[in-house]
Amino acid sequence: MAHTVETTNALHGVMAEYDSGQALVDAAKKTMAQGFTRVEAYSPVPIEDLNTIIHKTRTVLPKLILAGGLTGMATGFALQYWASVIEYPMNIGGRPLASWTTFIVPSYELTILFSALTAAFGMIVLNGLPRPYHPVFNVERFSMASSDKFFLVIESEDPQFGAAAAFLRETGAKGVYDVAE
Amino acid sequence: MADPNLHRPMALQQTPVILPGHDFETVTETIAEIPLARRFPLGWVGFILVSLALLGALHMALGYLVMKGIGIFGTNQPVGWAFPIINFVWWIGIGHAGTLISAILMLFKQQWRMSIARFAEAMTIFAVACAAIFPVFHTGRPWLAAYWLFPYPNAMGLWPQFKSPLIWDVFAVSTYATVSVVFWYVGLIPDLATLRDRATSKIKARIYGMVALGWRGSARHWHRYEVASLILAGLSTPLVLSVHTVVSFDFAVSVIPGWHATIFPPYFVAGAIYSGFAMVLTLAIPVRRFYGMESLITMRHIDNMAKVMLATGLIVGYGYSMEAFFAWYSANPHEQFMIYNRMFGQYAWSYWTLISINVVMVQFLWLKRVRQNVGLLFVMSLIVNVGMWLERFVIVVTSLANDFVPSSWAHYTPTFWDYLLYAGTFGLFLTAFLLFLRFVPMISIFEVKTLLPQAKVEAEH
Repeated sequence: MAHTVETTNALHGVMAEYDSGQALVDAAKKTMAQGFTRVEAYSPVPIEDLNTIIHKTRTVLPKLILAGGLTGMATGFALQYWASVIEYPMNIGGRPLASWTTFIVPSYELTILFSALTAAFGMIVLNGLPRPYHPVFNVERFSMASSDKFFLVIESEDPQFGAAAAFLRETGAKGVYDVAE
Repeated sequence: MADPNLHRPMALQQTPVILPGHDFETVTETIAEIPLARRFPLGWVGFILVSLALLGALHMALGYLVMKGIGIFGTNQPVGWAFPIINFVWWIGIGHAGTLISAILMLFKQQWRMSIARFAEAMTIFAVACAAIFPVFHTGRPWLAAYWLFPYPNAMGLWPQFKSPLIWDVFAVSTYATVSVVFWYVGLIPDLATLRDRATSKIKARIYGMVALGWRGSARHWHRYEVASLILAGLSTPLVLSVHTVVSFDFAVSVIPGWHATIFPPYFVAGAIYSGFAMVLTLAIPVRRFYGMESLITMRHIDNMAKVMLATGLIVGYGYSMEAFFAWYSANPHEQFMIYNRMFGQYAWSYWTLISINVVMVQFLWLKRVRQNVGLLFVMSLIVNVGMWLERFVIVVTSLANDFVPSSWAHYTPTFWDYLLYAGTFGLFLTAFLLFLRFVPMISIFEVKTLLPQAKVEAEH
């Protein structure tokens, strides 16, 4: 099935289906070696290295989480210092107002709280979620991507997209489908 | 995949984490068919009716409490801290097993964790919800409690007292509850996408689709997801240890004989994990039977959980012996009287019941025959939870009822409302848990799949 100019313009990409994670990884390596640049893989389980093979970059999430944790620690300490020393000083058993040792526990808990919320929401936001609609859902077979099938998509913005469908058929795919925009 | 039993003698051979015969499709089918089923199983309906009745009792107890005030409890002077704190510590402790399984065992790459993590985490969330009821409502006027507990700018210009372990506890428990919910939800997202894709009815597909947030399982998705999960596990690990440590500070920072002890933090954390694993067994044994999950929650899981119970039970037993040793070695007459009073005083029955459960009975878990007998383990897990409840009763009540001045000693007897409120929290716990079993995949589908040979990818091919 050759692509006409008309359908190519309306396509998000072409999708190939595989039976195993191994087949997907092999196909992804070949695709990248062929010089395709706009590629994405979909799998029902996390596959180590797949992201490195296709995207070459690692996420900034750990740095964001560190920043979140430090913000939490500073917030916790500042809150307690301000409340106990400046806004509402109270003599508790003759201890100094700014007895930092007693501030450790809430500061620590807020460190964990802020980092955990950054980790969860950071993952969701960086992944572009929530996003109920995405062109890949237009392919009927894609509902198997969360069960036991593996998919590779070459997007239409790829400069070599014209050769994509023919190439994917050579990679051992069980099927190759057009992904409507 | 190499057989791990190949070179092991018969006695050391292990049951596999997942029984043979599963592939991606059967795992998905086995777990996803329960939330997607159209009919409500009859047994489930029976259980939820009982749970809802108990939940009604909870509303009744709380309603009467708010109407009358805390005079309806048996709490008196000097026992000013009784059922509410006992039940709070008990429920919070139960929650700890869920976080231990999902976070600490994840860091240690314990693969057997995967089949039980999801519902152990659900148990954590519901147990923390039950626990939270007690400190909030034992104030009598919970709508006023906000300004003692949370630092917010109020009209009176008051701020909480940050040098008190009670306020540390507010921060520890609320952080624990929030992080547990977030960790649980993050773990659920890929499975909710599976339910979205398999749902046969349009409404279910819509609802699961909304909560799945449009998860696609792309390489980038999974990469960020794995990073986030691992860091969340790393954050939850010190968190869970800190929570019961801070709970133990509520006691240890005071000067009451029997409370003022440096061994409290590790002893409380071990007790929490011990009771939590007992509760996971109490839930897992009937659930795997009724839902036919024996091939996913195998005897390996049951055996490992019993071993964790044994290990933590031994630490708890060590705590009891150290309490007695400290009392003697301190040469403090009040401390010495405290331990004598626990053993031979008005509540001696509770002390010896707890010793016979947590020190004597737990020794039977050394035997493989006992660990392989699910019926016996189920009964033992129930008894262990009674034992751990009694431990908190002994610590709280015996120390307060007979403290420094004999003229102020008293006897404490719980009232009907004390019992009803406690029973009512079981209603909340069981109702939430049954709804979870019905509408959420009770085992992590994608994590269990990673254990299968199908998921193995060789780095260099």
